[in-house]
Amino acid sequence: MLPWHKLDQFGCTICHRGQGAATTVAEAHNSTLTWEQPILPAKYVESSCGECHRGPLPGTPQLNQGRNLLLREGCVHCHLVKLPDGSTLKPTDDPPSLSHIADKTTREWIYAWLKDPQAYATTATMPNFKLTDDEALDISAFLIANSTPLVGDTAVLKAKALPDPAAGASLYGESFCASCHAVQNAAGNIVGGDIGPELTRVGNKVRPEWLQAWLANPRNYDPGTGMSHYRFNEAQVATLTGFLLAKTDSDRLANVHLEAATPEQIAHGKRLVADYGCASCHEIAGIKKPENFAPELSRIGSKPITQLIFLPGMQHALPDYIAGKIKQPRAFSPGLKMPQYSLTPAQIDSLTTALLSLNERSFTLPPSLAVAAAPQSDYQPAGRPGKLMADLACFSCHRINGHGGDMAPDLTWEGSSVQREWLVQFLKNPGTLRPALIRRMPRFNLTDGEANELADYIMIVYQNPAIDRDSMPLSGYAQGEIELGKQLFYGKYACQGCHIVDIRADKGYIGPTLTHVGSRLTAAWIYQWMRDPQALRPGTIEPNRAMSDEDARALTAFLMSQKGGTALEAAKK
Amino acid sequence: MTRSTYGVLALVTAILASSLATSCSRKGPPAPLPKPTAFGAAIIESSGGKQGAQTGAQLPQPLVVQVNDAQGAAVTGALVEFAAAPGVSFDPPNGLTDSSGQLATNVSLGGTAGRYKIIASTLDKASRKIELNVEEIALSYQQSLGRHLNDVYCDRCHNAESTVERVSNYDNLEVKPHPFTDGETLNKMSDADLTAIVSYGGSALGKSALMPAWGNTLSKADVEALISYIRAISDPPSPSAGPVFGKN
Repeated sequence: MLPWHKLDQFGCTICHRGQGAATTVAEAHNSTLTWEQPILPAKYVESSCGECHRGPLPGTPQLNQGRNLLLREGCVHCHLVKLPDGSTLKPTDDPPSLSHIADKTTREWIYAWLKDPQAYATTATMPNFKLTDDEALDISAFLIANSTPLVGDTAVLKAKALPDPAAGASLYGESFCASCHAVQNAAGNIVGGDIGPELTRVGNKVRPEWLQAWLANPRNYDPGTGMSHYRFNEAQVATLTGFLLAKTDSDRLANVHLEAATPEQIAHGKRLVADYGCASCHEIAGIKKPENFAPELSRIGSKPITQLIFLPGMQHALPDYIAGKIKQPRAFSPGLKMPQYSLTPAQIDSLTTALLSLNERSFTLPPSLAVAAAPQSDYQPAGRPGKLMADLACFSCHRINGHGGDMAPDLTWEGSSVQREWLVQFLKNPGTLRPALIRRMPRFNLTDGEANELADYIMIVYQNPAIDRDSMPLSGYAQGEIELGKQLFYGKYACQGCHIVDIRADKGYIGPTLTHVGSRLTAAWIYQWMRDPQALRPGTIEPNRAMSDEDARALTAFLMSQKGGTALEAAKK
Repeated sequence: MTRSTYGVLALVTAILASSLATSCSRKGPPAPLPKPTAFGAAIIESSGGKQGAQTGAQLPQPLVVQVNDAQGAAVTGALVEFAAAPGVSFDPPNGLTDSSGQLATNVSLGGTAGRYKIIASTLDKASRKIELNVEEIALSYQQSLGRHLNDVYCDRCHNAESTVERVSNYDNLEVKPHPFTDGETLNKMSDADLTAIVSYGGSALGKSALMPAWGNTLSKADVEALISYIRAISDPPSPSAGPVFGKN
């Protein structure tokens, strides 16, 4: 029972469903499958929260995940989902355009990929369409024949792309490619981020000339890509190309020998592309994005049980039907088009929870009782700095004013938080702030001009109205206050559990390293952070210690005395 | 059962299956057990015991058991059957061990929170049943919320195990935190004491200040959820961990 939803106000069936009024315990609880609305199995109970609460809640991790998966796994590319507030769910993934695919890869790779995407990359989002050999042959033939070359899509370098494992690995590491891309290691573990595609066998996929052009500037091939435009020089592009091309699986395409495609194959491939709805997700020149390709799911959570066809042995209940459809769509009828996804049981439960919340009751709910989701932000920074931030794909990882990813810190108040000199140095050469993380800010090889332009914009625009960054000095704190702060740091608040100030003695590495924090952050920010960290960054795991003004000032003095670290400071010494 | 009864049963099943689209069908008769090609002397847990999942949900990892002979060598082709209280399901519910002597099954727990005893059994040469008991934990809604909070706020220090993606902070701490499965210690502490430590920090009960106060960050309901989760997973079980569901 939830403490915030009292039984005498909400009753039972609002959350647990079931038929309502009964005079015996058994009558109320022993759900029978003949009920039009049986009791909701406990593992899907969060779906009821979603009927009224249209946005994420801290108490509904499963519903939140399910709603994210609906947007991220491609569901809403094919299925229309209208919400009670009149909006339509928009996918957040960005499947690549196939209009210039021949620049990027070979027909052999496309053929093998279509047959089994997860055999190429276990983390691939692309589902398995269970195509026959002939279908895969013809679709690959059509995609290659339909592809048009794009100017600048391939590059021939003066520097040769020689595989130099040591130099390549260190450039791959320094550039923090692993922040976004995963690679399967020898033990079979997938290590790295999931923002970009897995690169375990990328050498089997891409053409060398395309990869070189892509590394030089990915925005040429795909203007909307989430990949940053690193300012690599030609030698770096060559080194990285050689390193990535060496990531191959020699068995991968060994048995794929395709004969030249016939016009009939190409024509048949085009029909198959339309039949399977490929253009629902991918842009394909000459193929229109199909509308209403799959059944609308806006009210799937109220689908009457009489309209469902169950699999043998399946419990005759809507949640089981939905979960079964997600788990093995084609099991329901061999002619169905929905492909096979590779979702974990937990992901299937989450998706089912989110789909069950899309029901009639959520539409008929008086609008005054609904708790609206926070409006979607499409914030874009202005002017030249805005263009630069788009080019660097800052929003793939950082969130600003509600827009962007959540892998890296929210930068909405960055201008109040950091010192300008530090920021310029960091943008040019990001140092390690959180030693335990494998996902870090990459070095983009920015020019002085670019780093300064970005820093100026951040310092001026991203300011918290409640913090005057000049209200407290950056240095000159009394020794007594610094000493008191030190005692509080190591004694009363035991900050060394998570942070490092003295690299010889402290070991905590959950929070950022504070060795040179006095040259990095502003005093006004540290002070406010001590008072209420969640007010500055909602959701941060730094605990709010309800610190007195005196303690917060002393800790600020101590932390501001931790100077050094930047190249500028080093030059001054 | 006679041959003709089998025939009738098969006919009925076929009719049921063909009329699926228009009528309700109940689960058919259980599939016959596979015929073992070998017999073991012992059955042991390889992995997948003591996991937690929300009531009715599938455990994140499969339960893997291994059949060994008297010398401790893996036995291929031994029959393993899984059984538990009603409401628990196994996919597959039985099977023969593979070339490394193992059989894996996906376990979905029952609809009531508590601990579920699972029995994995195999037959020895004399057709006697050898049994292995494994316990899995079904978490209530509140306990699942507690687990989610644990993953965000507590696990990095209280769980000594590192993963490739996430390095544990346990070894860095001068005073080691108690893993939440440490029933020996935590079962002796009252809910009120645990609430005080989580809300006001270790210093509140004369323990290490390295445990910070979370009372201004987590709500009262959050702290209750966390403690309910700690109670659910403690080993040995906490007296307030809830019922144990066995086969009968």
